[in-house]
Amino acid sequence: MSDLHLTRRSAARALLVAGAAAVLPGTFPAAAQVIPTRAPASVLRVATFPDLDRAAIAAAPRWRALHPDVELKLLSMQYADHHLSMTTALATGSGLPDVMAIDLRYIGKFAGSGGFVDLNQAPFNAGAHADEYVRFAMAQGARPNGAQVAIPADIGPGTLIYRKDLLDQAGVSEAEITRDWSAYLAAGERIRKATGAYLMADAADLRDIALRQGLRDGEGLYFDADGRVLVESARFRQAFELGRAARRAGLDARAIAWTNDWAAGFKQGRIATQMMGAWLVGQLRNWIAPQTAGLWRSAPLPGGVRAAYGGSFYAIPKKAANKTAAWDFIRLMTADAQVQLESLQVLDSFPAMRAVLRDPAMDEPIAFLGGQRARRLWRETAASIPAIPVNRFDALATTVIRDEFERVVAKGKAIAEALADARYLIERRARRR
Amino acid sequence: MSSRHPSPIVEPSRLRPPRPFRLPPLRSRRIAPYLFIAPFFALFLVFSLFPLVFSIYLSLQQWNPAEGLHTMHWVGLENYGYALTDPWFWDALYNTAWFALVAGVPQHLVALPLAFFIHRRVKRGRDLVVGAYFVPYITSSVAIALIFTTLYSKDYGLINAALAELTRIPFIGSPLAAFTAMKDGGIDWLGDADVTRPAVAFVVFWRYLGWNLVLYLSGLQVIDKDLYEAATLDGATEWQQFRHVTLPLLKPMMFFAVTLTIIGNLQLFEEPFILVDGEKGVASSVMTTAIFMYRTAFSDGDFGTASAMSWLMFVLIAALTWVNARLFGRDPRSAHGKR
Repeated sequence: MSDLHLTRRSAARALLVAGAAAVLPGTFPAAAQVIPTRAPASVLRVATFPDLDRAAIAAAPRWRALHPDVELKLLSMQYADHHLSMTTALATGSGLPDVMAIDLRYIGKFAGSGGFVDLNQAPFNAGAHADEYVRFAMAQGARPNGAQVAIPADIGPGTLIYRKDLLDQAGVSEAEITRDWSAYLAAGERIRKATGAYLMADAADLRDIALRQGLRDGEGLYFDADGRVLVESARFRQAFELGRAARRAGLDARAIAWTNDWAAGFKQGRIATQMMGAWLVGQLRNWIAPQTAGLWRSAPLPGGVRAAYGGSFYAIPKKAANKTAAWDFIRLMTADAQVQLESLQVLDSFPAMRAVLRDPAMDEPIAFLGGQRARRLWRETAASIPAIPVNRFDALATTVIRDEFERVVAKGKAIAEALADARYLIERRARRR
Repeated sequence: MSSRHPSPIVEPSRLRPPRPFRLPPLRSRRIAPYLFIAPFFALFLVFSLFPLVFSIYLSLQQWNPAEGLHTMHWVGLENYGYALTDPWFWDALYNTAWFALVAGVPQHLVALPLAFFIHRRVKRGRDLVVGAYFVPYITSSVAIALIFTTLYSKDYGLINAALAELTRIPFIGSPLAAFTAMKDGGIDWLGDADVTRPAVAFVVFWRYLGWNLVLYLSGLQVIDKDLYEAATLDGATEWQQFRHVTLPLLKPMMFFAVTLTIIGNLQLFEEPFILVDGEKGVASSVMTTAIFMYRTAFSDGDFGTASAMSWLMFVLIAALTWVNARLFGRDPRSAHGKR
């Protein structure tokens, strides 16, 4: 009887552990290890999001050829869900993938978390490969202490995309909309008068670009190297003034990016210009306004601003089970010319790998831009974008600035007061942590 | 021992197969009820009690989840003080109170007489009418967002198109045209700070009107018809019957419905969140405390303060529910009996 009792107890314990391991994968790694299944090193788990996942899917056959013993498992969730789920995984330390894809918007927050491997350390030695990548993008993937936590896969050199037909109708040249901000706004008034089209989708777009004016290597967007808040500087004052001037002159359609009104504005020719990453051309061609093919052109951002819009990175969590294979995958996605070119063709994502920027594909004419060889321009832009360090409170500061700007343009709040309030709010939130 | 000295005689009992294990009948009867209710308690513990207790614990800690569990550290009541001195918390509280009044009060002011009217006058097709009012309540938030963002669209929305048509009508046309011209040719319902809050409040009103209507109808159906007959014989008009018979006897249901509205509106999240893009500057004008909590936790990564805010809201909701109980909570029939 006592034998039977012991057997029941141990069976119950085994069931409990097995059940818990099944319900909470990753919570009981020891329990998971005893399950006789494929060795952990044979599966590489990559957490990603659309459309970046398409690049990984396109590269999967190449991965299989290079690493037949390591199964590639892609875990793709919607953009916001992916970053939320990765935040939770970092919080609990469970359910972390071997490779984590991170969008530029989250890179500051994630890089500052301390939950990722410093890829400058052996055996990865990312520092030795730093020259292979566009300089500013490598800086974005680094922590203030120099640790390289993420490697760029694609970048978004900022450009001004404009409707040439509308500009021609208004008698406005490309030089006029790119020379400086006042010329850009003056041209906008002429375009509005002659065609009825708005100069830009939203005044906030102008503000976001203008506050990057004059940034140099090593200077932060919202914080300096010592963590001091910079939002009361002349850079921000000018950006707010320009945004307010555009709104007061009725030059923006008040359409936020990625909304229905924004997309409809492009389709119906109601928006004449848009400042964004070069990848917008692919989005316009594929789904936003394919019927406008040939009418668009790409130009440098007004006022000589060099800025990046978006970009994707790969990082290895400290708790990743298969770090060696993870690094191999990251190198495949970011430093293999063939894969980077495929990404350009599949996603219109601009390569972060410098060698690919010299590929003949960069000289090809783009039909959607009326045959313009725009990639040459984007390549030049990418080479001259300053290397701006990211801060883990950048996203928070963006939210505060956005809200204060709205108070300026919608409620008539004084710019100096709005920026002082923004500084107080950012400092208050950042100081606690 | 036995292997060394095997017994030449095998006892019959040893040849029998082992009996399957069974609990004694009395013991199994004692255990069975606990086994049946165990799933509920297990789920309750994991998904209700634990998060509740953990959120109290979290409200006393400072923690950025992206930095891992080990970065959590004790700050005592600091998060509560931080929340109470944060200007955005008070802005969010103001927005929440605004929605509670502007979207909540009309729900009852309309639902109550409407329920009385349907109860007294609509005999044929009543279920259809009530069902039509109730449909928004059970409609998915995503569908509502799709419909209303289309209706509210500045350049392509039906509401602005209808307003443009109305400008042709004499008398009302001119002021309306002047107003729309002031708004740059069309009202930006979900992008202009002046109109976004009322536009969202209307959706909240529209969505929960049917729910309150059903509550009041069910309350009306249990009021004794003899009371109305007696009132009619005494010469009471319909308004007097509503004022002196219906309203006093509906007080318990009003208490219930208003309590649900207070709780619901102070936790308002879905409608403003899905209708107004968080990227829009105007999003701050519809930022309720629930949205602010979400932003604090998931965008700013400050789970401690977000938890503290949730407990502050709990205290506020409890206080308002108590006030509501003082106003409507007493059953008029029992009060009459006491007299």
